[in-house]
Amino acid sequence: MVKRVIVGAHYGLRGWLLQRMTAVVMAVYTLLMLAILLVSPPRHYLAWKTLFANQAMKLATFLFLVSIFAHAWVGMRDILMDYIKPMGWRLALQAVVGLALVAYAGWALQILWSV
Amino acid sequence: MTKTRPKHLDLTKIRLPLPALVSILHRISGFGLFLFLPFLLYLLHSSLASPDSYVRYRAAIDNPFVMLILLGLLWAYLHHFCAGIRFLLLDVHLGTDLQAARHSSRLVLAVSLVLTLILGVFLW
Repeated sequence: MVKRVIVGAHYGLRGWLLQRMTAVVMAVYTLLMLAILLVSPPRHYLAWKTLFANQAMKLATFLFLVSIFAHAWVGMRDILMDYIKPMGWRLALQAVVGLALVAYAGWALQILWSV
Repeated sequence: MTKTRPKHLDLTKIRLPLPALVSILHRISGFGLFLFLPFLLYLLHSSLASPDSYVRYRAAIDNPFVMLILLGLLWAYLHHFCAGIRFLLLDVHLGTDLQAARHSSRLVLAVSLVLTLILGVFLW
């Protein structure tokens, strides 16, 4: 007999879609950042700080970092589901990963808006 | 008739096909990047916080050991990036036949290594 595991409807699809959408955001930001670094590399503190003093740059960078954290959540959840079989351990590790990522988002906010 | 095909799950004996290699490296690089997130955020923080912390940031990234880690992370990022684009193309059914999948996985491995060298040299 097949043992069916019940999960919420669209549970997997949502993660899959989130992973792809955040991937596109990160790819665009990466190319943008690379263009900035190639065209006018900020070689000292003032130039680097000025780049991030720009509100649009702050928002774009924050969007990029939040995309990383969301993307990492889906990826780490997949890895934990594949390799950690005992339910208690898996949930505990998922909680640690999730809390760490939320904390990183708060840290990123603080880093960017203190400039 | 007895089949003599090798049946084992000895990880040291399994020869992964290239697309499988790209796939597992995608997972390993993603996991590595996740582990180093706090370190990278710390570097971003010290590069922006103040002129003093910027000096400490420069000193940190000029340390050969840190440089080696960053070079590894740069490769991880670039591999994850290139393999990710390949997976997005596979999602929309581009390059799904065997030959194309082999070619594109070879391309991903080569491009991410070459870009790591080029950007590694350029960014320092």
